[in-house]
Amino acid sequence: MNKSWLIAAAVLCLAATPVLAADEDTLTIGFTVSQTGALNLDSIAQLHGFEMWRDDVNAAGGINAGNKRYKVRFVSYDDQSQPGRVQQLYTRLITDDKAQFLFSPYSSGLVATATVISEQYGKLMMSIGGAEGKTYQLGNKFLFQTYTSADHYLSGAIELVKSKNAAAKVALVYSDDPFSKAVAIAAREQAKQAGLQIVLDESYPPAQTDFSAIINKIVSSGADTLLGGGHYPDGATLARQLYDQKANLKWATLLVAPDSPQFASLGPAAQGISVPSQWAPQVTYKPDFGPTPAEFAKRFEAKYNIAPGYHAAGGYSGGLLFQHAIERAGSIEPEKVAAELNKMSVTTLWGATKFSTDPKSHGLQLAHQMVLTQWQMKNGQLVKEVVWPLAAATAPAVYPYR
Amino acid sequence: MFGILASIIDGVLVGSVYGLAAMGLTLIWGVMDVINLTHGAMIVAGMFGLFYLSTLLGAPAYAAIPPVLVAGFAVGVGLYWIAVHRMIGRPPLMSLLATFSVNMVLIGLGTTVWGTVLFNVPVSLPGITWHGYTFTGTHIMAAVLTAAIAGALYLFLYRTRPGKAIRAVASNREAAELNGIPTRQVLSFAFGLGIALACVSGALIATMFPFTVLSGTAYQLKSFVVTVLGGLGNPAGALFGGVALGLLEGMVTPFMPVSWTSVIEFVVFVIVLIAFPGGLFNFTRRP
Amino acid sequence: MNVAAMLRRPTFWLILAATLAFALLPLRGDNVGLREDLLLAAVYVILASNLNLMIGYAGYVNFGNIVFFGLGGYLCVWLVNSHGWPLVAAALSAGVAVSFAALLFGLGILRLRGAYFALATIGVNEGVKAFVVNFSPWGGSTGIYLSIEAYKPLGGPAKALWTIYFLMIAVMGLSLLLSYGIKRSKFGLGLRAIGQNENAAIVLGVPTRHYKALVYSASAFLPAVAGALFFFKSAFIQPDDAFDLVLSTEAIVTVMLGGQGTVVGPALGAFLYEELRGTLLTSQTFSSFQLVIAGVLLLLIVLFLPGGLMGWIHRRWPRSKQVLE
Repeated sequence: MNKSWLIAAAVLCLAATPVLAADEDTLTIGFTVSQTGALNLDSIAQLHGFEMWRDDVNAAGGINAGNKRYKVRFVSYDDQSQPGRVQQLYTRLITDDKAQFLFSPYSSGLVATATVISEQYGKLMMSIGGAEGKTYQLGNKFLFQTYTSADHYLSGAIELVKSKNAAAKVALVYSDDPFSKAVAIAAREQAKQAGLQIVLDESYPPAQTDFSAIINKIVSSGADTLLGGGHYPDGATLARQLYDQKANLKWATLLVAPDSPQFASLGPAAQGISVPSQWAPQVTYKPDFGPTPAEFAKRFEAKYNIAPGYHAAGGYSGGLLFQHAIERAGSIEPEKVAAELNKMSVTTLWGATKFSTDPKSHGLQLAHQMVLTQWQMKNGQLVKEVVWPLAAATAPAVYPYR
Repeated sequence: MFGILASIIDGVLVGSVYGLAAMGLTLIWGVMDVINLTHGAMIVAGMFGLFYLSTLLGAPAYAAIPPVLVAGFAVGVGLYWIAVHRMIGRPPLMSLLATFSVNMVLIGLGTTVWGTVLFNVPVSLPGITWHGYTFTGTHIMAAVLTAAIAGALYLFLYRTRPGKAIRAVASNREAAELNGIPTRQVLSFAFGLGIALACVSGALIATMFPFTVLSGTAYQLKSFVVTVLGGLGNPAGALFGGVALGLLEGMVTPFMPVSWTSVIEFVVFVIVLIAFPGGLFNFTRRP
Repeated sequence: MNVAAMLRRPTFWLILAATLAFALLPLRGDNVGLREDLLLAAVYVILASNLNLMIGYAGYVNFGNIVFFGLGGYLCVWLVNSHGWPLVAAALSAGVAVSFAALLFGLGILRLRGAYFALATIGVNEGVKAFVVNFSPWGGSTGIYLSIEAYKPLGGPAKALWTIYFLMIAVMGLSLLLSYGIKRSKFGLGLRAIGQNENAAIVLGVPTRHYKALVYSASAFLPAVAGALFFFKSAFIQPDDAFDLVLSTEAIVTVMLGGQGTVVGPALGAFLYEELRGTLLTSQTFSSFQLVIAGVLLLLIVLFLPGGLMGWIHRRWPRSKQVLE
């Protein structure tokens, strides 16, 4: 930024106070999106969720805070799925773009780096798309997590596998990134407690494209169950190569990747793969406010020509929760809104939401539940069915998966 | 037991393709003392070439290999006259920086156009299953094609006149010039050949694994390691170097986490650079 | 290196003035945006100036120069996080440790000449990165996250960010002074002899092995300290960011752009480049363009203007050689 520009801008600001007063009816929310880079598929789905919420809110006249109505305005940049850029861009969003509230970037690693900036400047950030729990243990005041923490991702799959085969041999093969590692740490414990044997436990670099060595190790270990994966690119590649290399498995649950509708394009390689999901269009939550899951899914599909996955639903819900907190607080002051969020215990299309107020884990999501969905062949087409927990299931699990 | 063997065999199959990539690098290095840092970008170019030719023209993937080879050659010759020609004879660092900068431009343009999205060329060939381990058809086919191309290159370099001219220029450029060999044309031809090899190896890699615009860097680094192992200027050495690297990877991965293979590769790289500057596979008695 | 003589040279005062400008400008109006911008510019200047010692003086292209920055960052963050060290002690220790490691390492790889050395430095950078990815005490691939409590001893995040800024500016000033000091010393003369014709230098009795190792080690110290400060400020460090080959590359481009071998050149090149990069950062279409522009600039300089901006300025206005060294 040129210094003379700054002086000019400063002068303009001083002279334009009446203009500023008019801006007070706009609420600026800043965030970065991974428009490019490995995380782009799910990050853009999340963005669509944000945008749909913003359009709905503005169409209804804006957010109602006290006796003012605020129209929502987004300022966003492309973080290219890179942590370094995230920090620079969030600093810019706060200092230059004067964002009043923040959404997090997508994915735990990026959320953690953005949190540093939001906490350094005391800005409230709604974390969407960040499941890793450690971020909330670093002593924050203004961070709120909407996703179920990473610890719970594979618990459903483990319970399901145990119910089908108590002597299952598990291969835990996961991407070496903060989110997947956190999931794996918890999964290890949960598998042991369920009495399942872990015969392979290994991580791979997130950018890995050649899984043949690891798949050979899976075969060597005699595993019949695979748990793991990472995000979309490696998950999709792993699924494909598992199919090509004919790894002899009875069950495979991969993180994140199979949730995307795009996963179906893998054809036979996608069949039977299951994914822990923060949300599925078929869930039957009864919301305290906002649209029902079915309404949301229908309107989303009409707008974007693709069924919403949990990333899109998370984006929409994040905005909804913000709106609710601001409206209850009657103000856009960070402390007041944070106080409302701390008190909150609601159900939306997303499910139940309640944030931890324990300073040692502030913001951690306590109430939200996950489901396990599986790609199944129905009338010649691949569809996602909820298979666990049984109370929420829309179809029985297919075991062995292929 | 079978697991380790399977790992080694698969390592050798894939390693040979890395060897092919390195052959292009070492050829250019040996003939004109230029370290071609656009190597990675050219590998990616080959990948995209295969992707577009096979998906847009609906052609089966392997049919797109010869066009990629030819196109790569043309691009290489062009690149020579644009950026490299002026660098011949100058300090090697200048050519290093020149090719380096072209690489940056190409990767930068590539990222602007294609982002960093993962591309995949769907190729399905029946593999060979053996004691529960499957060698995917694509890996086998890639290794077979590599052997064929390497064989063709050998025949070219040792049994044809242009090939001889290249070897002459590589050995002693001034003497070759004095003998009436048109060195400038030979250099551009050799450069084109080196780039063609890089492109075709990229195309073969694309039949096996998905790729992004940024994949080239990793394969370029691998090519350097292989080139150094095989001794620069030694195409046969490069192929053996690739196989050796694949062997090393195959032997190591069953016993330690897969993520350690990079560390081992780079340690080997630095050690060989310092202790064996002529490479490990120097069959011809060249320094 | 005659200090009194140095004080009489305009370049010395220029360095001082630039450093003061960096320090004082953001204070006007508590301009946090400008501070963040200048902090990044300072990092580029530090990297470029120290890299210049290798490229410009000794003629050795260190492609993997970022390894010092990253290791400095890791050591500092680790010392603060796992052992509760205060920032300044951790940063300085990181600097000392990294330059010591560089000295040992340098004795090994500086046997290689020219392009081989350049490739070896890439190998070193990638090797260190691959190792750190597997090294769990340093968080492996996820890296280390500092809790916000780490800023308490510095008076909370807001104050800490200013303190870190001033420390970084001090490191920048020191880098420029180091570059200048070496240039005007016997050591610098020996380095430039190596850069121009190493064999001749050996014959003339220049202790090349020691000088090369010494400059490699010297070129590691301040980038390591800068890395320590930078990653402490970011409150998190990860292998991909710490050993970012793109940043390493950009350092080379800025040195060549500004004019390798001069004191002012690399700093100027770094500053201009970072300003350009900052503008492109938020542009949707052009955010990847920084590489294209960097590449084109480098190519043009290598082909047509090997002396960079300073080379051109010195040729055009020969008197400037006295002031802008």
